[in-house]
Amino acid sequence: MSAETHADHGHHHDGHEETHGSLRDYVIGFVLSVILTAIPFWLVMAGPIESKTVTAVVVLALAAVQMVVHMVYFLHMNGRSEGGWNMMALVFTVIIVVIVLVGSLWVMTHLNANMMATHEEMIRR
Amino acid sequence: MANQAIIVGAGQAPAFHLAEEPHHPEGHSTALGFWLYLMSDCLIFAILFAVFAVLGGNFAAGPAPKDLFDLNLVALNTAMLLLSSITFGFAMLSMARQRKGATLAWLAVTGLFGLAFLSIELYEFHHMIHLGATPQRSAFLSAFFTLVGTHGLHVTFGTIWLVTLMVQIGRFGLIPANRRRMTCLSMFWHFLDVIWIGVFTIVYLMGMLR
Repeated sequence: MSAETHADHGHHHDGHEETHGSLRDYVIGFVLSVILTAIPFWLVMAGPIESKTVTAVVVLALAAVQMVVHMVYFLHMNGRSEGGWNMMALVFTVIIVVIVLVGSLWVMTHLNANMMATHEEMIRR
Repeated sequence: MANQAIIVGAGQAPAFHLAEEPHHPEGHSTALGFWLYLMSDCLIFAILFAVFAVLGGNFAAGPAPKDLFDLNLVALNTAMLLLSSITFGFAMLSMARQRKGATLAWLAVTGLFGLAFLSIELYEFHHMIHLGATPQRSAFLSAFFTLVGTHGLHVTFGTIWLVTLMVQIGRFGLIPANRRRMTCLSMFWHFLDVIWIGVFTIVYLMGMLR
């Protein structure tokens, strides 16, 4: 009985661990990554968009998309691996990261705005 | 059996615990555990990114990103890391097909791309320090060296791990333990590439736009 359960476990486990994608996955991920890397570099180096703010927003959006591409095609993220715990941990981490980043920037820019003069104002004139 | 643990028999005392721990094969939760480690690593980088985002404009009358960064070099560095990511993918595919020689060859290629990345980064750091842009110069440079340096250290240790694993596979072949290690290292390597997307976007590209 015990041996049977064990073997069953082992088998189940084999299917679990070997979650690497296909050649097609890697090639699609690579091509998308190259495109998503080339565009932001071109936007900043050649500067086809007049406004710096618009350029920055586009560059950030492309980075976010590329991160998702890497997660899906290189790290093989999906809601099923490890019974959904991988995705659960990732979602939790993303929430914490967003709180840390947005919170820090929000608080510190307000702090800077309430100071007498920002460093940039003193330096750049 | 586990599901029959609580049985009140005729002359038996009820059992409220499992007589035997559920049996798990060795390393059965390694991949999940390693993923959790990567997520905690993600938090370290999140804090370093937050520090850079807050301090990245404090030049203290010192050099700014425009004076220091060469985007051609950064693009080359990004290409090295991206290429190493896909070659690691090829190593994983060779491992799935039980081809030890091909796995080792692709790992070697991946390691060389990793070394190329590190060399370019060290050259950049050396160049900056030569110009007087040391970590002590301004808050921007402190945050820059901490963030980019931490990523570089991760790549360094990833490369050491990769070489170690090549020796292991060379000696013992593609045994289950080595396959498990390959899965972990592949997660680590691809994860570092994801962090690098954040680095080249926030530090270099946004820095040049400042």
